[in-house]
Amino acid sequence: MKKHANVVVLCSVLLAGLVAPLASGASAPGFYVEVVLGGLMAGVLYSLVALGFVLIFKASGVFNFAQGSMVLFAALAVARMAERMPLWVAVPLAIGIMVLLAMIIERLVLRPLVNQDSVALLMATLGVSFFLDGFGQTVWGSDIYEINLGIPKEPVMILGNLFQGGILINLDDVAAALLAALLVVVLALFFQKTATGRALRAVADDHQAAQSIGIPLNRIWVIVWSVAGVVAVVAGMVWGSKLGVQFSISLVALKALPVVILGGFTSIPGAIVGGLIIGVGEKVAEVFLGPVLVKAFDLAGGGIENWFAYVLALLFLLVRPEGLFGEKIIDRV
Amino acid sequence: MFYRETGQFKTSYEQDQAMLPILQDRYFIAVLLAFAIVGVPLLASDYLFLSILIPFLILALAATGLNLLVGYCGQISIGHAAFMSVGAYAAYNLVLRVPQLNFLVVLVLAGLIAAAVGMLFGIPSLRIKGLYLAVATLAAQFFIDWTMARVKWLTNYSSSGSVSTAPLDIFGWQVDTPVRKYLFLLAVVAVFTVLAKNLVRGHIGRTWMAMRDMDVAAEIIGIRPAYAKLTAFAVSSFYVGVAGALWGFVYLGSWEPLAFDINLSLNLLFMIIIGGMGSILGSFFGAFFIVALPILLNHAPGWLGMTLSTAMVSHLESIIFGALIVFFLIVEPRGLARLWAIGKEKLRLWPFPH
Repeated sequence: MKKHANVVVLCSVLLAGLVAPLASGASAPGFYVEVVLGGLMAGVLYSLVALGFVLIFKASGVFNFAQGSMVLFAALAVARMAERMPLWVAVPLAIGIMVLLAMIIERLVLRPLVNQDSVALLMATLGVSFFLDGFGQTVWGSDIYEINLGIPKEPVMILGNLFQGGILINLDDVAAALLAALLVVVLALFFQKTATGRALRAVADDHQAAQSIGIPLNRIWVIVWSVAGVVAVVAGMVWGSKLGVQFSISLVALKALPVVILGGFTSIPGAIVGGLIIGVGEKVAEVFLGPVLVKAFDLAGGGIENWFAYVLALLFLLVRPEGLFGEKIIDRV
Repeated sequence: MFYRETGQFKTSYEQDQAMLPILQDRYFIAVLLAFAIVGVPLLASDYLFLSILIPFLILALAATGLNLLVGYCGQISIGHAAFMSVGAYAAYNLVLRVPQLNFLVVLVLAGLIAAAVGMLFGIPSLRIKGLYLAVATLAAQFFIDWTMARVKWLTNYSSSGSVSTAPLDIFGWQVDTPVRKYLFLLAVVAVFTVLAKNLVRGHIGRTWMAMRDMDVAAEIIGIRPAYAKLTAFAVSSFYVGVAGALWGFVYLGSWEPLAFDINLSLNLLFMIIIGGMGSILGSFFGAFFIVALPILLNHAPGWLGMTLSTAMVSHLESIIFGALIVFFLIVEPRGLARLWAIGKEKLRLWPFPH
């Protein structure tokens, strides 16, 4: 009961934070909804990266710092190959490359480091991340590239009759959200219904028990890193079509860390919900809390969305370290 | 043959507890210091000072600080550049607002301010560890970056957000030429290194190491976890804060908040992974490696008659860093310092195999 009370309190605090700007009547409801929608779209992107984190963490206990670099690498691969061939050829090819990459990482990094403590593995993925950043840009080039998914970019106005001025919304954002939803459904089916999915969950629960009933750990790792690679391709395409493919993708993907803390390290729905909360939270904070802070402390401009996610995650860590949906971990510190 | 402690007997407790118990080690350090003080200023060019030796000394100090936390106390931090920036901005404001203070006092005060901030962000470590702590320190990194960029008072209302400093003056001795900067840094770093070396072999260092090796067991034998972790955060941030102030005042001269971004944090982490976690000497190896490698990469293609673009060099750099980190974690998790120790072991027996 107490556990639930905690969640209820946290959620109501978050909700209160979200609703407060609206209730204070500081702005038009239409504008507020637009901010929230914009946040949701950013949140979808964070969710997609966080999804890759969660998958790998669940199955191998590795905290994959390189997920952002994998997204960059995949996006670069899709963008550059799409220049020479149609998109429907480039995407499967990119997926193939990511699977190959997963195999190489498993063979060269994970297998030699098996049974090391999690911090050593975290640093190893940091190394992988640097390697991929450099390697990706060496192979594919380091300019800004475009991925054109063939979706019109003009904003469309909806709900014009409900609010003054209506709400502007981008079709490619909607497509991204749908794509993310589809990905989650496919992953859920894969994890729940297929034999491989069950094996993955078994490994996630208990490495040794899984191994003792004959599940090959090494192959499972390759599979799960490949799945994370596929998620990276999707995330890279969505980001690339929205913001262009460039190095900053790999840095912004760091935001996925607070997302997984918020949602719980082991929960796929948590990654999605956490991403959305962070996306909306930081946009609302930037637009409504930012000016207040600037006025109160005489700051040189806002930009609080740079740290909002991390500080939110920090507060969460103090109150509920397992996140919204994560499994309770009892760990003496 | 030459490196052997045969015949050196310890006849008093002082000798037993000496920092360098072997005579040859003492000679080596003495010769090294003499060379660093007399030889290097005679031989090195300004370019060597400004692009290698000065950053190397400061970063070695910062890496030592980070090593105290990560290598000795086992608490990971991906936000140490932020504490460097606290030190730098604290020193800037102290010099600006209390100009009569000697810079050495400023340096210590800046370190203390950084230590206070470090302790504040170390509080989460009492409840969380490992990956979670990494995110908590990441919060410190981004929050402090933002604070330095946005709070106008800290940058003295400068319109561009960057601050600049005048050359240092220590008891009338101007620290303006590269040689003088180098000598000043050498003195500061030497003092702090001896201090760190003694810290880690004393009571507090053993407390940290017990915490690192097994926290529950440490608590059972009577070590207070809160005390051990917070002192580690404080001392580590103090070192890094001092290094930050030196980085700003001696190396950069003028800087903006971006000088202390997350890349610097990651570089510090790489220094201690490559150099050796849990080793003061390793911090120096690592710092030298990280400072020298990009310069080598910049020049090596020229020597070989190739030309690489700057972008290419920076990509190559991150490929090599990334690969080396994985390599060291797999092959020699204790880094270059461990290789050095192995070399010394071998030298003791040489020319015999056993």
